Amino acid sequence: MATIDIAGIRKVYPGNVTAIHGLDLSIDDGELVVLVGPSGCGKSTLLRMIAGLETITDGTVSIGGDVVNRKEPAERDIAMVFQNYALYPHMSVRGNLEYGLKNRGTPRAEIDARVTEAARILEIEPFLERKPRQLSGGQRQRVAMGRAIVRHPKAFLFDEPLSNLDAKLRGQMRIEIKRLQRNLKTTSVYVTHDQLEAMTLADRLVVMNAGRIEQVGKPVELYEQPASLFVAGFIGSPPMNIFDVSKLRELPGVTLPASLPQSADVVGARPDAILLEKPQGEAIALKGTVELIEPVGGESHVYARLAGSDQIVILVIQGRTRLAEAEEIAFYLPEAALHPFERESGRRVG
Amino acid sequence: MVENRPLLTFLSHLVLIIGVLIVAFPVYIAIIASTRASNEFLSGLIPLLPGPHLVENYSRMLSSGVSTSGAPPLGLMMTNSLIMALVIAIGKIAISLLSAFAIVYFRFPFRQLAFWAIFITLMLPVEVRILPTFEVVANLNLLNSYVGLTVPLIASATATFLFRQFFLTVPDELMEAARVDGAGPMKFFRDILLPLSRTNIAALFVILFIYGWNQYLWPLLITTDERYYTVVMGIRRLAATADTEPLWNVVMASAVLAMLPPVLVVIFMQRLFVKGLVETEK
Repeated sequence: MATIDIAGIRKVYPGNVTAIHGLDLSIDDGELVVLVGPSGCGKSTLLRMIAGLETITDGTVSIGGDVVNRKEPAERDIAMVFQNYALYPHMSVRGNLEYGLKNRGTPRAEIDARVTEAARILEIEPFLERKPRQLSGGQRQRVAMGRAIVRHPKAFLFDEPLSNLDAKLRGQMRIEIKRLQRNLKTTSVYVTHDQLEAMTLADRLVVMNAGRIEQVGKPVELYEQPASLFVAGFIGSPPMNIFDVSKLRELPGVTLPASLPQSADVVGARPDAILLEKPQGEAIALKGTVELIEPVGGESHVYARLAGSDQIVILVIQGRTRLAEAEEIAFYLPEAALHPFERESGRRVG
Repeated sequence: MVENRPLLTFLSHLVLIIGVLIVAFPVYIAIIASTRASNEFLSGLIPLLPGPHLVENYSRMLSSGVSTSGAPPLGLMMTNSLIMALVIAIGKIAISLLSAFAIVYFRFPFRQLAFWAIFITLMLPVEVRILPTFEVVANLNLLNSYVGLTVPLIASATATFLFRQFFLTVPDELMEAARVDGAGPMKFFRDILLPLSRTNIAALFVILFIYGWNQYLWPLLITTDERYYTVVMGIRRLAATADTEPLWNVVMASAVLAMLPPVLVVIFMQRLFVKGLVETEK
């Protein structure tokens, strides 16, 4: 139970490679913050700096109000779940759970009580005497989480814990992690490159790019009001359609809404906000040819080539669609669904 | 691949059987000779069947030795060899485990240099550096001592290199998990690295025990006191008699006895040994 405060933190690797360019972030007590971004954006480095596995070049990390820059990982009272689980292969599941407590000199009775409790919460009681190699991926993942929760740490740090699992199990474990975190109310930092995982888990989402924070906020806020082109493209699947304003102006018969800011030279529209019927109010009317239809089940993804351009526009249509490939269609970007950006800075305007 | 080519099967078996015979026949002769009387090998015809003197030959070697050749009883020499082989094997493993641990897990100045310095000594086996080593050992007054017998042979680049390669395959996350779990470097070494290296240690122990047991040149050089003779050099003393014919029956009895401990080590540690050489699971 603690807050985590990161102030002006920088990481420079030998050879003058800057991985983190001075960032600030405050994490509230009991909050689950997800760091998301493409590989190499510095999210794992940031997590490892919080954990104490990576030295801090500049700035401070505080856990529960204490600056921990110079503390060993063990003294920071955090627990970490690794991508490859990092279970001790020669110890039984029980041994794995106990190891951290033993090293801290926890009394035997308390160790047993905590291990039993963790095993019950994670439903791994039947495997306590087995070795990690005798477990499936999902079970190993549970043990790795068990190793974190027996410690009752100030914070959980998750480093892409689900990326070694298959899609179905990943979905299940995602829900379990969320439920577990809600029940234990332990401050958590979760690193992932999977935007779906990030959206569903996070109390607050931190989108990172090239060692900087692009945007921090509730997942829905980020989806509805992306602060930059990068966030707009990264959050949401299928990704947002991005149109070049000057190219749109050149298309015959296309008028742009007057409300579009002058400085906006790029405009985005979510695939599910594009309509096939003319809405009330202002909208950009476009024409195109259907190239490909992907029926995903509850919805269909339509890939259409914009008339007079070679840009592909993605539309998400609820239910099954009557559209056919090679069909000429007209579609509309309602004024309210437009996300105007400035190309130079990549920031949102208006 | 399943093939059914009778000629190939026949040929490959033939080659293997001939190979086994070539290796096994001298051992067989040694065992036969150790059961015969001393003069039977001087007639020119080598007997191929066991004789009646088995107990007599072996008990003579074990209890009294052959004083005319300056060879003490075999029991003492075997003990010396055992001490030497064990100290060398355990010492080599202990030192190379620690040096590999230092090289892989600690960042210190000239780490790469240290590694290469160790690695380069691979090119300098005992025989190459034997004169300077002898000089050092003699100046330290370590001739005719167990320390002199063992310590110069303990440093091992091969074992250090093997452990280094093994440690490099252990995922870093394991070390990081241990750090988060509050284990310091030595605790990580003891609780995690050592148990994981168990099979490697066993495999190396077998190899190094035999290496230590078979040392010939070094003990020959630095021991002049028969209390420190080892069995492998002892056999040579038995065989090298000045003006009489060697007593081949007792020489062979000693040779057979000298073969036993390495064979026992291999047999009893075979399972771990093979596992250590092939195991990849982590």
